[in-house]
Amino acid sequence: MNSGREVSDGRLTVEGFSVAARAFADKWKIHNQSFPPWSWVPLINRTLHLSNQQEEGYLSLEEILILSSLEESPEDESLNVATDCLEKEESVDHTILNQENEAHYYDFHIVYSSSYKVPVLYFRGYCSGGQPLSLDVIKKDLPSCSVSLLHESKWTFITQEEHPYLNRPWFKLHPCGTEDWIKLLSQSSISTGCQMPVDLYLVSWFSVVGQVVGLRIPLEMLN
Amino acid sequence: MANEAVKYVWEGAIPLQIHLHKSDVASHPAPPPALVLAPRIGYLPLLIPLIKPYFKDSLPPGEDSIWFDYKGVPLKWYIPTGVLFDLLCAEPERPWNLTVHFRGYPSNILIPCEGEDSVKWNFVNSLKEAQYIINGNCKNVMNMSQSDQEDLWTSVMNGDLDAYTKLSPKLKMATIEDDFSRKASLSSPQSRQGVTETDVAGQVKTARIPVRLYVRSINQDFKNLEDVPEIDTWDDISYLNRPVEFLREEGKCFTLRNAIESLLPEFIGDRAQTSGEERSRDDDNTEEADGLLREMGEIKLARIQGIEMKLEIPFSWVVNNLMNPEFYLHISVLVKAPQR
Repeated sequence: MNSGREVSDGRLTVEGFSVAARAFADKWKIHNQSFPPWSWVPLINRTLHLSNQQEEGYLSLEEILILSSLEESPEDESLNVATDCLEKEESVDHTILNQENEAHYYDFHIVYSSSYKVPVLYFRGYCSGGQPLSLDVIKKDLPSCSVSLLHESKWTFITQEEHPYLNRPWFKLHPCGTEDWIKLLSQSSISTGCQMPVDLYLVSWFSVVGQVVGLRIPLEMLN
Repeated sequence: MANEAVKYVWEGAIPLQIHLHKSDVASHPAPPPALVLAPRIGYLPLLIPLIKPYFKDSLPPGEDSIWFDYKGVPLKWYIPTGVLFDLLCAEPERPWNLTVHFRGYPSNILIPCEGEDSVKWNFVNSLKEAQYIINGNCKNVMNMSQSDQEDLWTSVMNGDLDAYTKLSPKLKMATIEDDFSRKASLSSPQSRQGVTETDVAGQVKTARIPVRLYVRSINQDFKNLEDVPEIDTWDDISYLNRPVEFLREEGKCFTLRNAIESLLPEFIGDRAQTSGEERSRDDDNTEEADGLLREMGEIKLARIQGIEMKLEIPFSWVVNNLMNPEFYLHISVLVKAPQR
């Protein structure tokens, strides 16, 4: 019987999502220190207090800066540590080449879909003045392998939809087929058939999904 | 053949009085408002071909990017018109006065709308999601031929229930077992599949029903709907897009109240008065119950397809008769917030 601590059909319950989210955020903090940590945003709604025993919410990673690598811009000084590291191929840093030589900020939210019973990635980009970035501009910020992933894979495409809780347009990575490739990941990594421990669900999920938006996770997180 | 209730739902319409926003008026005098009858199950952008002729001579030069507002609140174009009306007008306003804009689309608030294509995409997407919830997969929608999908959408756009009824069986949407309405639901009997999970003994247990719940929470009590304050922004409304787990238990009826309470757990056990219902209390702890009533929230009103629902109605009947063509049940709820 499913103890609730394992996922066998590639899908998550809402409680499983909360557990997986905490585990993901903890591992990220330990292994991915070049990035800020993910924070958990509870769904305590302004107008409704959703008084659930198990707290519902989503994961948030915000204000990820993507800027130009041109050394002459004085604004880069706060990130010059990262700029130096560009030489080293192994360095895991989040300074990514930006074609327009201006600061682009990105917010990422991992939200649970009760309909599809899988996590969904929402993201948006904006300039320092807050003006939203169009998808064309965002695609230019993504590493080229991400863009080709988007084009070639039938499982990943991006649409502009309203954020389920924030009443604003965000971009969403479509959840179609998530449970299928999660099952594939389970088969390859865990010896006990298709079972995947709930703790590892989001880590595995993000190892695929993150690549689409140019966020890599270190291999240590998958242990 | 569709039943009577479904016919009424499809025929439901809201009279709109649409005013051109003053910043878009480039003619003198300003044009009078357009009077349009909007299908409840339709969407505002689909009315644009009817509305534009009234105003095209008054518009300033430039390209159109059309959007609507009600008392300053930009209207989400992908919500069915009837739902917008039920939600935003506590006291129904007839005609419903809306403002149309042809410029200055608020793209930081509203997702873009490129006319009919956007509305159709949204409809098909919602249909896929609903099917995933009901059937556990959306392969029937995905496998539908392009022309069948087109025809289905056209039947919804035109409010053509007969055409829709001929096409919707191709979706093979599992039906909700319903002891309270003998007529077929929107899917034909031939394509009936058990939507409910059964255990080994064949006892029916649960099914998942697509529901979109729109909740307006008011802090103080009110006697009349006209006393309900107006909405300033969409942040005043809580939107829950989550399936109701429909519980079938022997001898028990799963009501609309049960369904709403499953989505809003802090209103469980509410024994307060709702429209037309008797107050009921536990016999042995009336004093406690009084104190609880003050603290607990209260479901003041639940509207579906413009009908103020009695909460004790069997949920299966509600679903089978009042859902929208994309198989979602949209419920607008007005609640008094729990005091804390």
